[in-house]
Amino acid sequence: MELNRLQRSFLEYTAALFREGFLDSQFSQLYQLQDESNPEFVVEVVSLFFDDSERLINDLSRALDQTNVDFKKIDAHVHQLKGSSSSIGAQRVKNSCVSFRNFCEVQNIEGCLSCLQQVQQEYLLIKNKLEALFQLEKQIVAAGGAINTVEWML
Amino acid sequence: MGSCAVWFIYSALWSNALNQLMDIHHALKNCGTTAKNLTAVVSCATALMLVHIIPDLLSVKKRELYLKNKAAQLDREMGLIRTQEETGRYVRMLTHEIRSTLDRHTILKTTLIELGRTLALEECALWMPTHTGLELQLSYTLRHQYPVGCTVPIQLPVINQVFSSNRAVKISPSSPVARLRPAGKYTTGEVVAVRVPLLHLSNFQINDWPELTTKRYALMVLVLPSDSARQWHVHELELVEVVADQVAVALSHAAILEESMRARDLLMKQNVALDLARRVAETAVRAHNDFLAVMNHEMRTPMHAIIALSSLLQETKLTPEQRMMVETILRSSSLLATLTNDVLDLSRLEDGSLKLDIRTLSLHVLFCEALNLIRPIASAKKLFVTLSFSSDMPEHVIGDEKRLMQVLLNIVGNAVKFTRVGSISISASVAKSESLRDPRAPGFFPVPSDNHFYLHVQVKDTGSGINPQEIPNLFTKFAQSQSLGTKNSSGSGLGLAISKRFVNLMEGHIWIESEGLGKGSTAIFVVKLGIPGRSHESMLPFVPKVPENRVPTNFLGLKVVLMDENGVGRMVTKGILMHLGCEVLTVSSRDECLRVLIHEHKAVFLDVSLPGIDSYELSVRIHTKFSQHFSRPFIVALMGNRDKLMKKNCLRAGMDGVVPKPLSVEKMRSALSELLEHGLLLDSQSEKWKCPLELQQQGESHLP
Repeated sequence: MELNRLQRSFLEYTAALFREGFLDSQFSQLYQLQDESNPEFVVEVVSLFFDDSERLINDLSRALDQTNVDFKKIDAHVHQLKGSSSSIGAQRVKNSCVSFRNFCEVQNIEGCLSCLQQVQQEYLLIKNKLEALFQLEKQIVAAGGAINTVEWML
Repeated sequence: MGSCAVWFIYSALWSNALNQLMDIHHALKNCGTTAKNLTAVVSCATALMLVHIIPDLLSVKKRELYLKNKAAQLDREMGLIRTQEETGRYVRMLTHEIRSTLDRHTILKTTLIELGRTLALEECALWMPTHTGLELQLSYTLRHQYPVGCTVPIQLPVINQVFSSNRAVKISPSSPVARLRPAGKYTTGEVVAVRVPLLHLSNFQINDWPELTTKRYALMVLVLPSDSARQWHVHELELVEVVADQVAVALSHAAILEESMRARDLLMKQNVALDLARRVAETAVRAHNDFLAVMNHEMRTPMHAIIALSSLLQETKLTPEQRMMVETILRSSSLLATLTNDVLDLSRLEDGSLKLDIRTLSLHVLFCEALNLIRPIASAKKLFVTLSFSSDMPEHVIGDEKRLMQVLLNIVGNAVKFTRVGSISISASVAKSESLRDPRAPGFFPVPSDNHFYLHVQVKDTGSGINPQEIPNLFTKFAQSQSLGTKNSSGSGLGLAISKRFVNLMEGHIWIESEGLGKGSTAIFVVKLGIPGRSHESMLPFVPKVPENRVPTNFLGLKVVLMDENGVGRMVTKGILMHLGCEVLTVSSRDECLRVLIHEHKAVFLDVSLPGIDSYELSVRIHTKFSQHFSRPFIVALMGNRDKLMKKNCLRAGMDGVVPKPLSVEKMRSALSELLEHGLLLDSQSEKWKCPLELQQQGESHLP
């Protein structure tokens, strides 16, 4: 029964993440790619995303700190971040990148700064939530179960 | 004693004889000598003879006495045997009488008559307890001289005395039960009474024999003739006791037989009634089937005509108002067709003529297709739909795919219909017995076996909920809840009723729970499905149903190159391709891509999310590299946006196709299949998400 409860919590937590727009269907795709030959795929990809995003956010803050802001470079960084977040389904991060790029296009420094802040915020949020999710998953595996979703869809 | 007497007698006789001899001797003394001598000789001889005779006489007499004793003994024994024989004869006679009649009265009358005859009775009577058990009623008499029907209370001491013993008891002729003659003839002979146990049907338990602690007794009274000095002899009393017992058994048999006769008559009557009912029902069924046959054909023909012609009309040139009208006609007629089909389905379900179409099916595909069908509406309503399978669920099962789909669609469709905002979660698992308990169906105990398991499907929504009082009516035909007030409550009210019947046909159970209005609801159904590869192998050829959209997945070992500058994206796309069985070589720059690409690679996937003309250039260079070769890898662009212009440019630059991001396993699978089959992807519109993706042909042609 403990296992059932954990699995239910997992499903509910995930459902909530979808509902609140943190994740989109691309995230569920990741689970499809996880199998015996690739048992840690999701965790690996998400870790890579964390590393990548942190690096990009640092680069972005540094770039926006410059006296002569290179909007092209910033745009490139944001584009990368948008790509990564979109690949794993971090919807809110991706959306904040979209607005960021708009401000880049019109070369609005204030806008960019506030967007950067938003991006950072969204990133931290999704990072916490995903880490919590993986904790739950670890507990389920420890209790002898498995993540049993095959397909989640929007 | 006898021998002493004998001795005494004979010694007396002998002394008498001797005395007489002495007298004769004395008398003869006075006679002549020869006479004297003769006399002496005779007396000597006599004396000698007597000596021999007397013991013989004694022994003879002894034997005589012995024989007399024996005779008396035999006499007694004869008497006993005769009595027993008589009793036996009597019992046989009585049994014969019992067998020859089932009539209680005859049995009793016969008993009394025969007893009267055998024992030469003056009167013989039987007192039976009344219904209340408080009185004994005179029920039968031999001579009819006393009015039948008078009663005595049962608590009389004399009665108690008789009832408490199983022997025949002598009673006083003046006791109330013995007063069988009108007053006046008071000099009656001796009276004996015996209890007759009355056994009831309820005394006969299945497992144990009836104990003779029966509460009810009848009383049999026997009166000897008054003008004889006869006494009741022991053997007569014994006869009476045996008879009393036999009569009890006989009466019980008669009662049981009466009961069974009555039951048989009742059964016969019921049979006749049932037969009539059956004939009436058959007539009704025939009429019903005729009606169905007519409905089937007659109603569907005009229905189809309307639908077909309206569809055709839609394709012609119409004004907006006209188009709206035609669309309404189409929608209404589709609805009507659905209604008709539903009703027909339900009729066939009800009269049991519906048979399940059992074959092998894939549960994953089934759920996938069902979700595809509701996805448009769910997306439009911005509802989140989640589906989960438990890990122990078999992929392929045996069951009726069409009907299972119907049930699933009905349930999920209802969930979507009645949920304005929120989510719908569908979970399927192998049913364990604890999860199957529905308090409203306590009789449902599914037992999985080697060849079957029970599929448990739960659909939970955050919708408008159901009033718990209305839940029992949900599965009733044509009953639609009024309180839901949805705008588009299109539906015949039959959906759940039909689903329930299908589920029942699948030996399952379906129920709905809801905590109340506005609190969402949960629909759960459990159905029995077969497991292929067990005993079914011999019955059904294993035919996995292949949906028309499924394409062969023979990508194992397919060598491909993936170019993506974004690390995360690269990892995900690589994961997808590897999941499909490809051997993936990843590069992160265009130069690297050109370097590693060899003709063994069947395809190269280029991520063109980053703007720039470099991707087009790359494509051209790939063409150049492989221009001398027989074949070159397919070039596919992975595009992050829906820029039509960009797509055109990609194709102009020589790429074989475009797959829009975000990517999915299905999209890649279809893309690869298309490539391998047709050599190109002509269009990859992702507006229509299907599972798996169906690629449409458009007008675009491949440009060299």
